[in-house]
Amino acid sequence: MKILRSLSKDRLAAVSFIVIVVTIVAGIFAPYIAPHDPNEVNMKLRFAAPSWEYLLGNDHLGRCMLSRLIYGIRPSVLWVLGALLISVLIGAIVGFIAGYFRGKVDFFMMRICDIMLSFPGYVMTLAVVGILGVGLKNVLIAFILMKWAWFARVIRTSVMQYAELDYVKFSKVAGMSDIKIIWKHIVPVTLSDIAVVSSGSMGSMILQISGFSFLGLGIQAPNAEWGMMLNEARQVMFSRPELMLAPGLATIIVVSSFNFLSDALQVALDPKLISSTNRLQEKEVATKKRGGKIYEYTRS
Amino acid sequence: MGSYIIKRILVSIPLLLIISFLTFVLINLSPLDPAEVVLHAQGVPKITDELMAQTKAELGLDKPFIIRYFDWLVACLQLDFGNSYVTGEPVWSLIGPAFLNTLKLTVVSSVVIIILSILLGVVCALREGTIIDQSVRGFSFFLATMPSYWLASLMIWYFAVKLDLLPTNGMDSYRSYILPVAVIAINYAGIYFRVVRNSMLNHLNEDYVLYARACGVPERKITIHILRNSLQVAISIFCMAIPIILGSTVVIENVFAWPGLGSLSVRSILSRDFPIIQAYVLILAAAFVLFNTLSDIINAAMNPKLRKGL
Repeated sequence: MKILRSLSKDRLAAVSFIVIVVTIVAGIFAPYIAPHDPNEVNMKLRFAAPSWEYLLGNDHLGRCMLSRLIYGIRPSVLWVLGALLISVLIGAIVGFIAGYFRGKVDFFMMRICDIMLSFPGYVMTLAVVGILGVGLKNVLIAFILMKWAWFARVIRTSVMQYAELDYVKFSKVAGMSDIKIIWKHIVPVTLSDIAVVSSGSMGSMILQISGFSFLGLGIQAPNAEWGMMLNEARQVMFSRPELMLAPGLATIIVVSSFNFLSDALQVALDPKLISSTNRLQEKEVATKKRGGKIYEYTRS
Repeated sequence: MGSYIIKRILVSIPLLLIISFLTFVLINLSPLDPAEVVLHAQGVPKITDELMAQTKAELGLDKPFIIRYFDWLVACLQLDFGNSYVTGEPVWSLIGPAFLNTLKLTVVSSVVIIILSILLGVVCALREGTIIDQSVRGFSFFLATMPSYWLASLMIWYFAVKLDLLPTNGMDSYRSYILPVAVIAINYAGIYFRVVRNSMLNHLNEDYVLYARACGVPERKITIHILRNSLQVAISIFCMAIPIILGSTVVIENVFAWPGLGSLSVRSILSRDFPIIQAYVLILAAAFVLFNTLSDIINAAMNPKLRKGL
């Protein structure tokens, strides 16, 4: 609740949050919200201009653009979110074990992560897709396989900060079991770091996965997906450039909302900053922290 | 310094071995039998068990796994990546020229990215908090959220079709470079100029800057001092950027029909041409490790403190 309250003070973050919630809800309830069937072909309405019946016009097969856009939320945003959560979960399990128990387990797991991270991520995703075959499911599997190591690294670093603190040592001496210590004392404090890291990768992941669909390696026709819609629009780019606008703008709006939210989360989740009313200081910390984000960009 | 370079190169060799092994394992994990893929690709109408066994023997698939790996590795070191399943041509004759084309695109874009990000980074750091700084950062934030293929398509539509200034695809003359390089540069300069800017800002308040200023050194000279120190971080990140750009030109190449690795790899994924995919992954992973090593060596050359680490 506290987090929500401090987010609501930042107007940009509040707007981003609302955009994301609306997008997700629209994606889940797509069949009830979309005015038409996204795959309904109507050759009479090819390239029809926007009308009250079809608010965003129709595409090269006369399908309703708005409905396709709404159904496209599912593969473009919801499935990506799911893949992100799974890879964060794997990364968190590895990161907690490595960061808390240290020693040989840590060494072994981190060497595996090092090897995973020494591959160029994009190329390996492409390779996994090449082996498993094209399709959205395989693209998502490839992303989970390539992304967890990065999360494991970051979460391990965060866990290590807390694992050596006095209250953790005290709990150990008092005879608390390791699992209970992790769950009660370490998970709550690292949760904010995990939230920041994962929300920060969401934007680039949406872009990359829709890029795969754009190349024809992701979701297959006739399903609607934003990257896929752009690819279809590209075929008729010379005569109907306006078809590229809607899916492109949708991607930009959702990705920038995730990026803004991630930046705001960094500030909101830092306990040192919650009480602080000094905007300037907040900004300073935010820019300093952004250094870490740049590193992440350079990795992907 | 010499011993550091040797040590650093020795460290990267096991990594290269692991990478090559993983690449090999990955391809062998494929749910499809390579022999079957070859027969399908060659358009054999009816696949009999006899034919399968024969093809397997031809491809050397009947040998044990480890022996196949070493055979493959030795062949790869001689640039023999086998033959394409689809066309039957040697993989290197397909991937070699494509690699060169991608490399050209990457090098030109990297140079543009480096120049742009240093320029923007320096200007923004020196004018921190002003309208210039704010607007450049805001604009780059916006550009980072834009799908690169969308930007590319828009630019093709505007510059190539509407204004008819530049070619839409292929690589015929220097003019074909302008659009793809612009898209890649816009995508990456927005990220890397922040690195330069942040490291400049960290150096602005160092003691040596204060000292130089107190001694009356002209501001321009101070800026050069700061730049030289802050570029250290930037250089290692730029070195890492080159293989990343090399790998992520896939989308751009496909939009602009650039005859490079990206177009080739997507085509071979769609036709399940495993030897090409394998060679592609191996070459790029090796490039990744090599540039990584190179960036460490350059850093150590500039900062003697780092040499002790190994």
